Amino acid sequence: MAVQGNLRTAPPRTSFFNDPVVRGIIYQVVVAAIVIGFFAWIIVNTAQNLAAQNKSTGFDFLFRTAGFNISFTLIPFDRSSYYWEAFLVGLLNTLLVAVIGIFFATILGFVLGIARLSSNWLISRFATVYVETIRNIPLLLQLFFWYFAVLKAMPAVRDSISLPMGIYINQRGLFVPKPVPDDQFVWVYAAVVLALVLCFALSRWAKRRLETTGKRFPVLLSSIGLFLVVVAVGFVLSGASVSFDMPELQRFNFRGGLELPPEFVALVFGLTIYTAAFIAENVRGGIQAVSHGQTEAAQSLGLKEGDRLRLVIVPQAMRVIIPPLTSQYLNLTKNSSLGAAIGYPELVNVFTGTTLNQTGKAIEVIAMTMAVYLTFSLLTSAFMNWYNGRVALVER
Amino acid sequence: MNQVSQTESTSAAPGGMTVSDTDVAIDVVGMHKWYGDFHVLRDIDLRVMRGERIVIAGPSGSGKSTLIRCINRLEEHQQGQIIVNGTELTNDLKRIDEVRREVGMVFQHFNLFPHLTILQNLTLAPIWVRGVPKAEAEDMAMHYLERVKIPEQAMKFPGQLSGGQQQRVAIARSLCMQPKIMLFDEPTSALDPEMVKEVLEVMISLAQEGMTMICVTHEMGFARQVANRVIFMDQGQIIEQNEPEAFFSNPQHERTKLFLSQILH
Amino acid sequence: MSIAFVRTDMAPSQSPPTRSSGLVGWARKNLFATPVDTIFTIIGVLFLIWAVPPIYGFIFPTSLGGNAVAPGGTVEQCRVENAGACWAYIAARFNFFIYGFYPISEYWRPNIVFAMGAVLIVPLLWPAIPYKGINALLFFVVFPVVSFYLLNGGVFGLKPVPTEQWGGLMVTLIISLVGIICSIPIGILLALGRQSDLPIIKTLCVMFIELWRAVPLITVLFMASIMLPLFMPQGMTVDKLLRALVGVTLFASAYLAEVVRGGLQALPRGQYEAGASLGLSYWKRMFFIILPQALKHVIPGIVNNFISLFKDTSLVSIVGIFDLLNTVQAASSDIDWASPTQAVTGYLFAAFVFWIFCFAMSRYSLFMERRLNTGHKR
Ligand SMILES: Nc1ncnc2c1ncn2[C@@H]1O[C@H](COP(=O)(O)OP(=O)(O)OP(=O)(O)O)[C@@H](O)[C@H]1O
Ligand SMILES: [Mg+2]
Repeated sequence: MAVQGNLRTAPPRTSFFNDPVVRGIIYQVVVAAIVIGFFAWIIVNTAQNLAAQNKSTGFDFLFRTAGFNISFTLIPFDRSSYYWEAFLVGLLNTLLVAVIGIFFATILGFVLGIARLSSNWLISRFATVYVETIRNIPLLLQLFFWYFAVLKAMPAVRDSISLPMGIYINQRGLFVPKPVPDDQFVWVYAAVVLALVLCFALSRWAKRRLETTGKRFPVLLSSIGLFLVVVAVGFVLSGASVSFDMPELQRFNFRGGLELPPEFVALVFGLTIYTAAFIAENVRGGIQAVSHGQTEAAQSLGLKEGDRLRLVIVPQAMRVIIPPLTSQYLNLTKNSSLGAAIGYPELVNVFTGTTLNQTGKAIEVIAMTMAVYLTFSLLTSAFMNWYNGRVALVER
Repeated sequence: MNQVSQTESTSAAPGGMTVSDTDVAIDVVGMHKWYGDFHVLRDIDLRVMRGERIVIAGPSGSGKSTLIRCINRLEEHQQGQIIVNGTELTNDLKRIDEVRREVGMVFQHFNLFPHLTILQNLTLAPIWVRGVPKAEAEDMAMHYLERVKIPEQAMKFPGQLSGGQQQRVAIARSLCMQPKIMLFDEPTSALDPEMVKEVLEVMISLAQEGMTMICVTHEMGFARQVANRVIFMDQGQIIEQNEPEAFFSNPQHERTKLFLSQILH
Repeated sequence: MSIAFVRTDMAPSQSPPTRSSGLVGWARKNLFATPVDTIFTIIGVLFLIWAVPPIYGFIFPTSLGGNAVAPGGTVEQCRVENAGACWAYIAARFNFFIYGFYPISEYWRPNIVFAMGAVLIVPLLWPAIPYKGINALLFFVVFPVVSFYLLNGGVFGLKPVPTEQWGGLMVTLIISLVGIICSIPIGILLALGRQSDLPIIKTLCVMFIELWRAVPLITVLFMASIMLPLFMPQGMTVDKLLRALVGVTLFASAYLAEVVRGGLQALPRGQYEAGASLGLSYWKRMFFIILPQALKHVIPGIVNNFISLFKDTSLVSIVGIFDLLNTVQAASSDIDWASPTQAVTGYLFAAFVFWIFCFAMSRYSLFMERRLNTGHKR
């Protein structure tokens, strides 16, 4: 253009508000101010509300006696226990259900996921119907069904349904024989440890032998055999015996045995069945993510089906499966909070329910509950980051 | 050139020569294959002698891949016989394993195992199928990696290699099983031109050592240079076969002429 | 000796040997391929023989060869030994399951809302129908406002109906729709914030998202129903349904933010750079270039999110709201219809309703996924 002189003048000063750095700072200050203001408003309101209700804040309530009973506890607990013990009982019950649920859901989920890919039409159809039914029905509804419609509809104690192996089921839950080991049984435990060590050594030896001589050794079968033999020998030599405390029907209820309350059974059942449907989808996706070319390449090298799965397909599929699997485990743990709705004394029930009602410490109690789940979640994502970093396929 | 026209029922070994069985690497007799109701391979007769190098060409969808995949039973045929190294392919898993041990295959998309290093890719089958000690398998793997000119890549993962390098690893992986027969399914068609050359060089040197090879490819230069026989397929059948010179200079069937005019511009 | 060969007559296409085609071939391949397969097939068939007749008998009414009591039957029929599902009970309490305690004389109001929703949502979901912009505006803004006044009443001479009387499927749909409608804008803002270069904004968004994703919905609902009144200025009460809606929205927006973030990350960098090189400001870049593409790609993800949300709404029954599940649960102690199968029948009904909605949505999400995938290729 005509005005050439302009090119030589000093660069124009950026207007203060057009500088991206300044703008960024302004935006952030504004947002921060709004957020802080919002919280301040909430805090003031809460303080006023609490003052009006004559309530105090603080965690000292944890050291007061709870004064209520919990039907199902892993640690001793009674009316004279403290609130923090109630918290612990709830936490442990949550963990118990989570661990057992995860165990069964994993097995069922893998079976279903593999079944969905089965070349057998009937089997894959079964798995599809299962998955499509279960995952489209709310978990809470399924829990209600298992608890109210199935377990609570069981016969009364007098007419308990007797299952094989001394197991009974009735309105009050599942009664199973409880193994009672005698004092000599430590030797059997020792034998189990020894057997595990031996199996480990055997697998090391088999690997070394494969590498040096190229000869294969049936590790799995021989390990099982070794384990059984060593444990059996330990059992016989130590003269240990295990008696079973069988549940016995007394006048009004069962005595002895292990009593699993219906809330617990329903929750484990519901969580397992529900989560397995999701795990099945992850497993199917993971296996399908391994391209068919991998199977063909392994076939054309002459690898047998078992080796093909073990050495080529499963290691690749597991990389895809494990991250979503971990989040399913986390989901199951979070979903165990629905146990509150059927009266299983897990964290939300014992703490956010009973404790909150009795103490009125809403903020503290809810904050503690949330902190627990937040910890689970952070631990899970820490694991996932570590795992993803470790197994990421090296790419260009 | 003595041109033989045969009807489907009498077609046998090329030229009706008499040979002892031990010289025959692959014998396909009256083979048919269907995908569902689709008749994909029709009346295939093919006899491959030891040390023979065969190139299969033909338009897309003509069944070339299907044919060579039947030879190591990645696909099942429904009629006729396939005999590889004297072993007839049936449902018997043991026979299938036997054949696969002796037949190497190289795929268009390499199909290296991405979770294993190059060295592990090469030693996997020798260790688990042939029972070769690990140290020995590794020596052999390094030997073949040197042959395909990439020993320095042994510790890398497949994802870190170029396409040409990956395909050469795939060839080395098959060679580690010391196969008697090698099958190639368009080994260069997923590669850039300069990578094609490096892979072809490896294949040519293999051919010169007398490896029995069946190669589906459109690299006509390669066919001229190393093939004993070029086979042209269309609509699931062998339309024409001949020595490379005669095949390219004097195609007989209309379909072959059309195909060649398109492929050799 | 020559190897030359030319085929003179082409082999005709034949039909496959019977072994490999037709019903027999199919069964051979898909049911009896190996001995193990055969065993599985036999077990499967035995299972079907064992399981199907009782289930059929339970669900289908006598006219179809089952034991269930069809709508219109009496409670006495349901109390007969071995009677199947008591559909008569569902029919009798059907209005309660759909409308809760909403006054019968006013049923036409929720009915209009249902009809409006259906009329607006079908063209919104159907990709081929134009005017998506105006349609979305109607559905996401006008429809909720109109519905609220219509249901709540108190204006235009409509009789006021407080939210305590709302219930059943109506409330389930309201909570999930409000949850998704409110969480979409919040989720988008959170996702953009999480991608932002500004550290304070980014940290706040990450904290918000991760907190709500970490905790179970039930604790969020407890928080909303117990703590929300505490947070408000003295004397201000918050409607119970509104509290639940706040909780559900917070929860849903955190999940939605992660879905949207996936879409934003999937866009090639070039799109951001092209937008910037055209001289568009940040917001214009986002609204005209980035978000339209990213959101299109995450439609399946949003629908899947909506499915989870729809199922999760059942949790509001724990904080005392009469959604579908809670009405069913409450009705199951209705003495007038007491029968051995009363509870089961109620759960089956609720499960079926939830299933229909969720299954339809999951099919839609699959359909969109396929469509988007093919639309992407050239
Ligand atoms: N698994 C399958 N199921 C059904 N049909 C198939 C299958 N695999 C291949 N086909 C069909 O069989 C025919 C032959 O396929 P094939 O892959 O052998 O062709 P090709 O000659 O190798 O072609 P290209 O040069 O494109 O690789 C094609 O029409 C193909 O569509
Ligand atoms: Mg091909």
